[in-house]
Order: sequence, then structure tokens, then C-alpha cells
Amino acid sequence: MASIRFDNVQKYFGQGPKAIRVLQDINLEVKDKEFVAIVGPSGCGKTTCLRLVAGFEQVNEGTVSVSGKTVTEPGPDRAVVFQQFALFPWKTVRENIDLGLRNKNAPSAERTERIARVLKLMNLESHADAFPHQLSGGMQQRVAIARAYVLDPEVLLMDEPFGALDAQTRVVMQEELVRLSRTIPRTVLFITHAVEEAVYLADRVAIMTRRPGRIKEVLDIKTVREAENWDRFQKIEDVMDLDSFVHLRTQIWKSLREEKDAHVV
Amino acid sequence: MDRELSVREQIAYGALGLVSLIGFWSLLSVTGLVPRQFLPAPWEMMERFIVLLSTKFAGFTLPQHLWSSFQRYAYGVLLAALIGIPLGLMMGWFRWLDDIVTPMFDGLRFIAPIAWVPFAALWFGTGIGGPIMIIFAGAFPPCLINAYRGAKFVEPRLIEAARMLGTGHFRMITEILLPASVPSIVSGLRVSAGLGWQSLVGAELIVASAGVGFMMVQAQGVVSTTTVMAGMLAIGLVGMLIDVLLRQGEAVIRRKRGLE
Repeated sequence: MASIRFDNVQKYFGQGPKAIRVLQDINLEVKDKEFVAIVGPSGCGKTTCLRLVAGFEQVNEGTVSVSGKTVTEPGPDRAVVFQQFALFPWKTVRENIDLGLRNKNAPSAERTERIARVLKLMNLESHADAFPHQLSGGMQQRVAIARAYVLDPEVLLMDEPFGALDAQTRVVMQEELVRLSRTIPRTVLFITHAVEEAVYLADRVAIMTRRPGRIKEVLDIKTVREAENWDRFQKIEDVMDLDSFVHLRTQIWKSLREEKDAHVV
Repeated sequence: MDRELSVREQIAYGALGLVSLIGFWSLLSVTGLVPRQFLPAPWEMMERFIVLLSTKFAGFTLPQHLWSSFQRYAYGVLLAALIGIPLGLMMGWFRWLDDIVTPMFDGLRFIAPIAWVPFAALWFGTGIGGPIMIIFAGAFPPCLINAYRGAKFVEPRLIEAARMLGTGHFRMITEILLPASVPSIVSGLRVSAGLGWQSLVGAELIVASAGVGFMMVQAQGVVSTTTVMAGMLAIGLVGMLIDVLLRQGEAVIRRKRGLE
């Protein structure tokens, strides 16, 4: 059972009177095997939420816990997929994926087998010995996802993973991630500013306000998706055409726009 | 910078600089503005250089002197790299080590290598240790500084990625910081190689048996300025050769890494 919990989290950047409040009263739970996306305007602190779970940053008040344990530092139980991939340029695809397994002291035979499986899963078999700079952006992000998945982490943290990709590649990756998260469900926290992406991928979508970021509302997508059987479609554009999809998308857009207007006034 | 120059222009300008230098120098010695014995003409230097290639002076031919200089030099630079690079990387990772070493290092690094000559002589006599120590003093700071800077300026995302993968201290230094710093370390090595080679003559002031610096000091004793100059030429040529080779190495590494 893997879960993520934010309890009354407050986060400031800087100290003393100059401190900027970035997160206010964040309460959110991502349940076991649940896929939750956080959407919000840029600079609202959604990436900070993810970085708190990853252990890259610490809360000022409240707690962030994973499976009941308070997060204090980064670790392989919480694998991160970064927007800018963050692959090691001097390591081949295989070596990039292998590092986490070696750190776990996994036996050589097991490593070979797990790497082979994840390479196959992500359609990377023919690129195992390539270096990251020889691959396209989409391929590089596949490697980063493989590097996270191979560790079989309790939770998967994805920080705008497709934000640096071109539109076509992005769609392919979104479809792949849906396929992946339906076949091998994981507890996922997914950060994005793309509303369609959030609706398409997530079980629930949390909408954040402008700074200081608060969670304004949480929408249940899964109930609608299952009732309308979105998964019968392979292609994202077919899902995006459904009334139920459009309705949810519009609802989120309106919620985000209120934020924007409130800010302008 | 100003506009790009074609290769032909670059060569032409380079030649212009060299020809001016040699012309001015020839003029000074031919006209007798500077006495010949104080400043030999360029062709006299060349002649002496060629003679020294096969004729012994101060016990050895010029190539033999160069070889014994090069050995000391290689030991000194190697030692500087072997200590400086790991130490610099570790300082870039462990803050406490940084805090211990940095003040000490900043206090010592502005002392010119040649200032260590008296101590090198006292501690090592005329053995091989003295010159190595002087060359080390010249070559060590860039090794350390560049490894340190390389480690400090690794893209933070890569460190975060490594940490979330559960990477421990040792692997972090050897598999993340070291490879990420390679371009910086190699440019540091190039500077080190240059400074080490420059410190050579100073180092060999205290060596009694062989070496280019030793040859030049002996030549000074008998006022053979052409020999001193031939030594300078040899030092310059070998220095350039080392730099060219290391530049090539640097280019190869950058290409492999996809930086170019």
C-alpha cells in the first residue's frame, strides 16, 4: 500500500520578513495506485509540491508523508521523472537505467532481467547502448520513465514530464503513459499546466490557485471515465471528442480562469 | 568579438606577428643596439639549437636534457593531478571538507612555485624530490580548482536525479561529479601542464646533474647566451607541443560527450 499525504503543508521561500509564501494549507491524499494530477497557473507552487514529496525541499509547517513515513530526504522509493529528463549524458541508456538497481545492490542477473523487461515495455530495446544525446526528446523521456519504473518505486513523481516535447511526441507519450498506468498501476503524482493532459491521464485532478498556492478543488475524473468507458479508445483525440471529456475540461478551465481574473482585478 | 576571419587570414596575421618579432629582434642585434653577447641574433640561436641536438653541453645533448626534464615534469604534474582532482571533487561534494581546505589553499596558492626553491633544496637536497615539489606547486592549484568548480557546477537536476536513485557518496563522486566535471578538469589539466612546464627552469636551478633548466644555468655560468636561448626555444616548443596534444584530447572528450 503506497500513498502520499500532504497535511496542512505551509512552505515559504526565503526567511524572515522577506519570506514569500508559496504553499498555503495544502491537504491532499493520493491513495494507493491512484493517479492524481495537479494543475495550476505557472508559479503557483505545483512543482514545489512534488519536490516536497521527492525530498528535494522541506516543508516549513505540516507534514508530507509517503506510506505513513514522513519525508526527510530523497530516496528510490519515490522515483522522479523530470521535465528536462535529467539523464546522465556520459551513461548509455542501459547504464542510466541500471544506476538505481546497482544502488539497491540488486544481483547482476536480476538487474539484467529487470532492465530487459523495462526496455521492452518502453520500446527502447534497440537503443539500449545509445547515449542520451543520440536520442530524440521523446526517446530520452522514455528512458527517464524506464529509469523510474525499473525501481518498482512506491510512488512515481512526474514533473511536467512532457512539457519539453513537441506536440506530436507529446500525444504519443500521453497515450503510452495511459497504457502503462492501466497495465502496471502505480501511485502517481503528476504535475502539469496542460488541462487536457490532466483530464486524460488522471483519476483525480487537483486545481491550484495562484501564489500562495492552495488547493482550490479536486475533481473526480475516474468515475466519469469508467462510466463513459473512455478506455475503449486508443487515441487521445477520440477521448477528447467525448462530451464527458469536454465537460470536465471546461469545468477546469473555468476554475483556472476565475483565478486569472481574480488576479487581474 | 569582431567579424570572423578566414583560415588564410588567420594564418597571415599569425605569421605577421611572428615575422615582426623576429624582425625587431634581428634589427636590435644586427645594428648593435644591444651587444651581440647579450642578445644573439635569431639565426645564431637556431644554429646553436641545431648543434645542441647532437652535441653535449653540460654532460648531455639537448634531447637528453629535455628527456630528464620531462620525466621530472611528468612526475610533478601527475602527482598534482592525482591529489588535486580527487580532493577538488570531494571538496565540491562534502561541505565540511570545503570549509577545512579552502582557507588553507587560498593562503598558499598565491605563493609562486619558485618561492619554494629554498625549501625544496633544504628538504630534498639535489634529489629528484625538489624539482618535483616545485612543479607540483605550479601544477596543483588549477587541478584542484577546476575539479572543485566542475563538481560545484554540475547541473542540479543531475544531482537530484542521482539522489532520488539512492546514489551514495562514493558513487556520487566517481560516477556523477567526476564525469560531469571532465571538461572542466581537462581544461584545468591544460593550465596545470602549462604552469608545471613553466616552473621547470626554476625547479632545475637546484638540480645538479641534467635538465634543460640545468643546462641553461650552466650556460649562464660560461656566458653562452646562445645556449640559454636554445634552451628557451626548446622549452617553448615542448610547451606548445604539450598544449596542442591536450587540446586535441579535450576536443575528443567534448565530441564524445555531444558538447560539440
